[in-house]
Amino acid sequence: MAQLISRLRVWRGAVLLLAGLYFLIPMAASVWFSIDDVNGISFDAYTGLLSAPGFTDSLVLTLELAVVTVVVLLLLLVPAMIAVRLGSPKLRPVLEVVCTLPLVVPPVALTAGLIGVLRWGPDYLMDTPFFQTFVFVQQPQFPLVLVIAYVLMALPLAYRALDSGLRAVDVRTLVEAARNCGASWPRAVFSVILPNLRGALLNASFLTLALVLGEFTTASILGYQPFAVWIYSVGNSQGQMSVAVSVLSLLITWVLLLLLAAAGRERRHKTATAS
Amino acid sequence: MSTATVAPTTSATVEFRSLRRQFGTTTALDGLDLTVEPGELLALLGPSGCGKTTALRILAGFETHDSGEVLVDGEDITRIPAHKRDAGMVFQSYSLFPHLTAADNVAFGLRMRGVAKAERRRRAQELLELVGLPQRAEHYPHQMSGGQQQRIALARALALQPRVLLLDEPLSALDAKVRLSLREEIRRLQQELGITTLFVTHDQEEALSMADRVAVLRAGQLEQCATPSELYSRPATAFVAEFVGTMSRIPCVRTADGQVEVLGRRHPVDGDLPADGDLHVLVRPENVELTPAADGPAQVIAASFLGAVTRLTVRLPDGTEIKSDLPTETAATLPLGTHATLALPDRPVLVDRRS
Repeated sequence: MAQLISRLRVWRGAVLLLAGLYFLIPMAASVWFSIDDVNGISFDAYTGLLSAPGFTDSLVLTLELAVVTVVVLLLLLVPAMIAVRLGSPKLRPVLEVVCTLPLVVPPVALTAGLIGVLRWGPDYLMDTPFFQTFVFVQQPQFPLVLVIAYVLMALPLAYRALDSGLRAVDVRTLVEAARNCGASWPRAVFSVILPNLRGALLNASFLTLALVLGEFTTASILGYQPFAVWIYSVGNSQGQMSVAVSVLSLLITWVLLLLLAAAGRERRHKTATAS
Repeated sequence: MSTATVAPTTSATVEFRSLRRQFGTTTALDGLDLTVEPGELLALLGPSGCGKTTALRILAGFETHDSGEVLVDGEDITRIPAHKRDAGMVFQSYSLFPHLTAADNVAFGLRMRGVAKAERRRRAQELLELVGLPQRAEHYPHQMSGGQQQRIALARALALQPRVLLLDEPLSALDAKVRLSLREEIRRLQQELGITTLFVTHDQEEALSMADRVAVLRAGQLEQCATPSELYSRPATAFVAEFVGTMSRIPCVRTADGQVEVLGRRHPVDGDLPADGDLHVLVRPENVELTPAADGPAQVIAASFLGAVTRLTVRLPDGTEIKSDLPTETAATLPLGTHATLALPDRPVLVDRRS
């Protein structure tokens, strides 16, 4: 038995080492490439980022898109999921299918569909108030059409995160207990359910944020330049800076995922202690 | 438990009048008529699906009824939303708010009513003392045992000094020892505060030991509502007789004078004698006398030690099995396989059709 355990440990170590190398070697190569200079080591690629043309604009645009996407997504999903749990539990599978459907639609197909609608709409809606809507959602300063696309793409991720959070809470009983204590429906949801979904809300937000930070296909095809598209365009002219930005965005994503894991651990710990 | 003083509540009369509730093809309540007197603890007892929880949830405002009326102090509360019904409820599952401490849980209702923070704290502390957990004020639900959580839930339900206290199987998730102590505490608190209380349970022992009156429900209808002793000794129907306590069925025959003959003796009938069909007499184990006799018709086939008494199961030649509770010392004289004679006390017996 002891021999088997020690053999398993060796295998586990080997797999961990291989996985580590698989991720760390390209990462280290990227870091090395971004700081390698004919005169030795230079951090110009990192220090020059702030003054690089388009860096701030694309980063701000991406963050704005991310924040709006998160807000829209949560405003859509949270009330819908709570309402289904409280009012029509039988509709849960329907909501699940609808929310996870975007998983099977590739971003390219989604974007092609969006382009079709955006081209078709103005021709047919020229004389109606909807024409202005089409113009409004495509304005370059803040392309709302990207928010629509990102909300659809992030829907399955956010749904899963929120669903697991709701599963850990007895929504119906807690709402009834709150109402029994004198809280109205909205107050019961705000005072009792949302605070207990904090971890799930954070998870959903982080996942959406990570998706928006890295999304390239839709923004590029629709002709906008958020951060991911900017990195790509910089890569064509300033290779070192492009890799430096990639390394930084990777680190940011890792930090977000670590936060996510920490939030999950806290919830699991609470559940385990309670049971 | 501390003897903290909490202002007694104003007790209310609760009336269910011809209450009906249908869920699809299932009838949960089928014309329930029931009155709970002020300051009374009434247990709603019945098997799963009998409608007891539905009645409680309708009173709390979490369910609606199809027809009938629910009156509190004579006022129809049908249109009053759940959060304005002035009824404190303790749920079966631990329903404490996980993100709040025990004190904050207790004070939640007071916060919803806009009571000042200092007053909330004072009242919460008072209630925590009342349920014997003042030292747990700053603990979160996941840091407390099930019994402690239910005590906090009870304190929370009492915080708003409700006119009616609703207990929805609050002890069923607890282990036996905690259940026993908590039910005594609930009863003591209920009597101290004099609050009208509805207690839903499927556990007959709980209902009989705690309640002033017990209402037995079956398929959405009231079978009998009586004091525990009356319910046990004078069950109105065969269902009540068999649901509350243990009953044995012994075949009998009707006699010309409207009595029944069972085990070779005639007995008057308690209640109505069914007009036709094969009949059974229903007897409680403590009413069956066993005497060892080599030529007796009954044979002891099982024995369960229950402490002061031992429950023996005997079998008659026709296969009928009858339970008899005897003092453990007497039961020792009737080991397995022993033959014995059976006798019933000389008083009216409850008769039912053979099922």
